Amino acid sequence: MRSLRRSRRLRDRRYGSWYVAEHRFRIMRSYAQTVLFTAVGSPLVYLYATGVGLASLVDGNLGDNAVNGVSYLAFLAPALLASSAIAVASEEFTYPIMLGFKWNPTFFGMNASSIQPGQIINGIVISVAARMLITCVIFYVFMLVFGAVPGPLGFVAVLVALLTGLAFGALVMAYTATLKDDTGQLAMVQRFVILPMTLFSGTFFPLDVLPPYLQWIGWISPLWHGTELSRVFAYGMPEPIWLSMVHVLYLATLLAVGWVWARRLTAERLNK
Amino acid sequence: MPEPVIVSQNLVKRYQDFVAVDGISFEVAPGESFGLLGPNGAGKSTTMRMIGAVSTRTSGDLSVLGLDPNAYGPEIRSQLGVVPQENNLDMELKVRENLLVYGRYFGLPRARVARRADELLEFAQLADKAGAKVDDLSGGMKRRLTIARALINDPRILLLDEPTTGLDPQARHILWDRLFRLKEQGTTLLLTTHYMDEAEQLCDRLVVVDKGRIMAEGSPADLIRRYSSREVLEVRFGSTQNAEVAGRIEGYGERVDVLPDRILVYSDSGENELERMTAAGLRPITSLVRRSSLEDVFLRLTGRNLIE
Repeated sequence: MRSLRRSRRLRDRRYGSWYVAEHRFRIMRSYAQTVLFTAVGSPLVYLYATGVGLASLVDGNLGDNAVNGVSYLAFLAPALLASSAIAVASEEFTYPIMLGFKWNPTFFGMNASSIQPGQIINGIVISVAARMLITCVIFYVFMLVFGAVPGPLGFVAVLVALLTGLAFGALVMAYTATLKDDTGQLAMVQRFVILPMTLFSGTFFPLDVLPPYLQWIGWISPLWHGTELSRVFAYGMPEPIWLSMVHVLYLATLLAVGWVWARRLTAERLNK
Repeated sequence: MPEPVIVSQNLVKRYQDFVAVDGISFEVAPGESFGLLGPNGAGKSTTMRMIGAVSTRTSGDLSVLGLDPNAYGPEIRSQLGVVPQENNLDMELKVRENLLVYGRYFGLPRARVARRADELLEFAQLADKAGAKVDDLSGGMKRRLTIARALINDPRILLLDEPTTGLDPQARHILWDRLFRLKEQGTTLLLTTHYMDEAEQLCDRLVVVDKGRIMAEGSPADLIRRYSSREVLEVRFGSTQNAEVAGRIEGYGERVDVLPDRILVYSDSGENELERMTAAGLRPITSLVRRSSLEDVFLRLTGRNLIE
């Protein structure tokens, strides 16, 4: 009987998170077409519409170096990149969590095996990060194709977008884990959190264009922090180094808080 | 006697003011098929969850495979197979895929999981459904798939919470047959049920649980012997007449129970009691002599029916 303690301790304890991620990848494979279609289609549509349509309007009115001394497309593209990570987060950290706890309670099945509650959350974060990375890399390739990346360090913006998406997503995941029933809360998050966040995070225009009493939305918005940091790398947007550090720290803190909170909620919810 | 695989002593689970499990003690030997029989809300599932190391006990001692579930949850769970009351198969995956991902949770190599999955699909009579969507399976098939999934890690103990609730009679019999095979192979089974026929079919030994407490313990035959008679005569005189007739047959058999819809006479020979009744001029609308069952034991112990 004692040997059980020694021999079985290890593998499942150590790699449990990866096994959960494997499970998620298998599920994603069943909608891989959608994943790829949105990953390819959205940069195409957004960059084309903004690069050809909106940008020509802005540049036509304000000159070629309209914002921060670069074209409007170059200004906009890093923000859209960060938004694409947020879009993945808002999809993968909401309904799949609700599903696992409630509609098709697979989390309870996982928890009955050697998997621990925290590993379920880790596995989900790993799998979503992978999908997000693929989406952002494809987006970045289109940015290059459209000539929207003047700076040599532009590729770092992909990692910034990833951090942004995960930071926001971890909080959404934790919030979703608190929901016993979905009576429209997740749709409200889409409408009253994600949409305003996109509009007031300096995505389409710099934050300082807004009246001061609206600028705070940007300051607390992970998307604003991510977008600003992306711009620093994409085209060398002038910004004091301490502010760039604040962006990183803020995003990392949100990610850590959301992650830990989600793990704790999951442990509480699965231990009945 | 071999070292028991489950030892529960004075196990208690309390949710705020509600006591779900109120001091349950029992032991399960390796290879034994042990049942928790009781009505809904008796605390069976809660007990199962504590044994399954997914619910922290409020007090008492519990040891599963020699380990304390509070401290060694993953280690214990790696040796258990769990069939929960509600299927939680992954609807987004195909039948065979459900086994593949689950096997990986136990750290088993992919090739071994794949081999085992095919064996188990055979065992569960689902081989031709390997590529089907879980949603397209019948209730009985889903249940068998859940059992197959629970066996993927060759568990030392299989926990089954209400394995056949909601299944039609044919599906139940197929399932019992599969479980009986496992029992023959020496798998330790721990199951909860509110069906006495299920308990009689599958359990070597069981405890009757009501309101979080154990009312009696023993083998099905033993419990029937102790708390009931060999046979039971069931007679119906019509709902308005039953109570009136009851007065006239007092002293029949070993005991008489008057239920709202029928009267039960416990006796070694139901036929004799029926003859005696007829001789006394009583004419029941229907009469039935049957073997005594765990239902009768439960009625005797609690004064209530199992399924209310």
